[in-house]
Amino acid sequence: MFLLRLVLRNAFRHRLRTLLTIAGLAIAVLAYGLLQTVVDAWYAGAAAASNARLVTRNAISLAFFLPVSYEARIRAVEGVTRVSRSNWFGGIYQEPKNFFPQFAISPSYLDLYPEFVLPAEERAAWQRDRKGALVGRQLADQFGFKVGDALPIRGTIYPGNWEFVVRGIFDGADSGTLTRQMMFHWDYLNETLRKRAPRRADYVGVFVVGIDQPDNAAAISTQIDAVFRNSLAETLTETEQAFQLGFVAMSDQIIAAIRVVSYVVIFIILAVMANTMAMSARERTSEYATLKALGFGPGFLAALIFGESAAIATIGGAIGIALGAPVAVFFKQAAGIFPVFEISSDTVALQAACAAVVAVAAAVLPAVQAARVRIVDGLRAIA
Amino acid sequence: MLVEIRNLAKSYVRGGQAVPVLADITLDVEAGDFIALMGPSGSGKTTLLNLIAGIDKPDAGVLRVGGVDIAALPEAELADWRAANVGFIFQFYNLMPVLTAYENVELPLMLTPLSRAERRSRVELVLSVVGLSDRMKHYPNELSGGQQQRVAIARAVVADPTIIVADEPTGDLDRVSAVEILTMMQSLNRDLGKTIIMVTHDANAARAARRLVHLEKGELIVSP
Repeated sequence: MFLLRLVLRNAFRHRLRTLLTIAGLAIAVLAYGLLQTVVDAWYAGAAAASNARLVTRNAISLAFFLPVSYEARIRAVEGVTRVSRSNWFGGIYQEPKNFFPQFAISPSYLDLYPEFVLPAEERAAWQRDRKGALVGRQLADQFGFKVGDALPIRGTIYPGNWEFVVRGIFDGADSGTLTRQMMFHWDYLNETLRKRAPRRADYVGVFVVGIDQPDNAAAISTQIDAVFRNSLAETLTETEQAFQLGFVAMSDQIIAAIRVVSYVVIFIILAVMANTMAMSARERTSEYATLKALGFGPGFLAALIFGESAAIATIGGAIGIALGAPVAVFFKQAAGIFPVFEISSDTVALQAACAAVVAVAAAVLPAVQAARVRIVDGLRAIA
Repeated sequence: MLVEIRNLAKSYVRGGQAVPVLADITLDVEAGDFIALMGPSGSGKTTLLNLIAGIDKPDAGVLRVGGVDIAALPEAELADWRAANVGFIFQFYNLMPVLTAYENVELPLMLTPLSRAERRSRVELVLSVVGLSDRMKHYPNELSGGQQQRVAIARAVVADPTIIVADEPTGDLDRVSAVEILTMMQSLNRDLGKTIIMVTHDANAARAARRLVHLEKGELIVSP
C-alpha cells in the first residue's frame, strides 16, 4: 500500500510530462492496434472466402483471359455444379479517388454467392435490364445510390463511357461480406466489346466454379486443368481461398512494411518512455540515496521505478486500447475499403503486451542505476 | 563505549589517483554523548560521519558501533543495521517531496514490524515533540526550512535509533531557525539520552555539543 502510494505520487509529480507520456503511449498503442487490424483486414477476404468454390484462370497470369467456350467444358467436369463468368472491370466513377471494385458477371454468379442477399424482385429487374447494375449496401450508402439511378462509369481496362442503371442493392449475409462493390452483366460487356473491340470479345477473366463437395476441390481442380492441358490457354484452378491468398501474397511487401511500421511506433514510444523514466530517476537520485540511507534496499527502489513505469504504461495502454473500437469504426467508414475492420481480441492482447514490454524495458536501466547508486554519491547529487 | 574507532583510514579515487581523506583516526564516543565534528572543507569530517553512520566503508582500521563491526557487514545487513540504529539529519533535510510531514516521519517505521496504529502513535508523538502536530498533513514545500528540518529530526528519532548523525543540520537555516534546531537537538541529547554526532562549520552550532572534535587534512587534531 505504501509502495503503491509512493509510486502513484511519483508518477504524477510532473503532471505535464506524465500526461504527455501517457498521451504518446495511448496514441502508439492505438496506432499499433490499427496497423495490426489493417493487416488482419487484408487477410479477412481470404478468410471469408469459400472452399466450396473454385476459381479457374489463365495459368500464365490474371492478365491473360480465357475463351468463353471453356465454360461448357468446365461444366462437364464431374463434381462441377455451376460455372459463372467474372471479369474485373476497373472503371472510374466520376474521379479516381472514388474507386470501388466492379465485376462483369453472368447471372449464375449470384447463385454461387448466397452471401449476397438481394430481394427477388430486384434480381428479376436486374436480369431484365442489360445495362442493369447491382451495388452493395456499403457502396450505395457511400454514394447515395438508389434503385433506378443512372451510374456512369469511365472504363480504363475497357475504354469508353459505360452507362449503367442501378437495379438492385444487395446486403451481406454477415459483417464479413464485402458490399462495397458493383456487379453488372457480362453479356453487356461482351456485346459492347464486339462492337468496339471485337478481338477482345468472348474472353473471360476467371470462371467461378461451384462444386458438389469441398473435399473434392483438389481433385476437381486437377481435372479441370487437365482438360485444358497443352491448349493455347492452359488453366490454373484453385479454391477461392487460395486464389484470394494469392492476391494477398502480391501485397506481401506492403503488409510486411505495415507490420514493421507498427513495431517502429512501439519502439519510438519505448524510447520516449525510457527517456521519461531516466529523467525522473536522475532527478530523484538524492531521494533514492536518502531511502537507502534509511535502510530501504535496492529492491524497493527498483520496485518504485518499475511501478511508476507500469502505472504510466497501464494508463496509456488502457486509453489506447479503449480508443481502438470507436476509431476502428470511424476508420472503416472513412476508408471504406475493408468489409471487416474490427480490432480482434488477439490484437488487444498484443496491444497490452506491447504496453507491458514498454513498461518493463523503459524502467530497466533507471532501476539498475537507482539500485546501484552509492549513498554518499547520491546524497551529493542535486536534482 | 558506543562508538569505537581505531586507526581508521579512508581514501577516494579521483582521476585514477587515490586521495587520502582520513588517516589513522582513533576516537571513542560514549552513549549519550553529543559531539560536534569541526574542521575546514575537505578535512574529512563528513566522510567520518558517513563511516560511523554505515553509509560508507573504511579502507582500514576498526569501526564498532554498539559492539558491531559495521565495516564487516555485507550491504543488506548494513542496511538493516542502519534502519535499526541510525537516525539521519541532513543539511538540506532530504525529505520526500511527495510525502506529507506525517508520511515522511513514518518512513523509517515502514521497515519495522510495527502495526499501523503503533506507527501512528509514534509519529504523532515525535511530531508533537518537534512542535509540528498541526502540520502533519503538510507537504515539505508547504513548510519553512526550519519546519522541514524539524520534520527531519522527527524522522531521525521516530525509530528510536542508537545514534543520530547530523550533517550541517543548521547549514541551510536562518539564525533563529538554527537556534531552534540546536535547542531541539540538545533536548534530545539531554532529556532523551540520544547520542548525537554532528558535523558543522559553525562555531555557534558546535557550542551546543558537549564535546568538540577537530579534523584537519584527515587527521584528528583534538580528541579529549
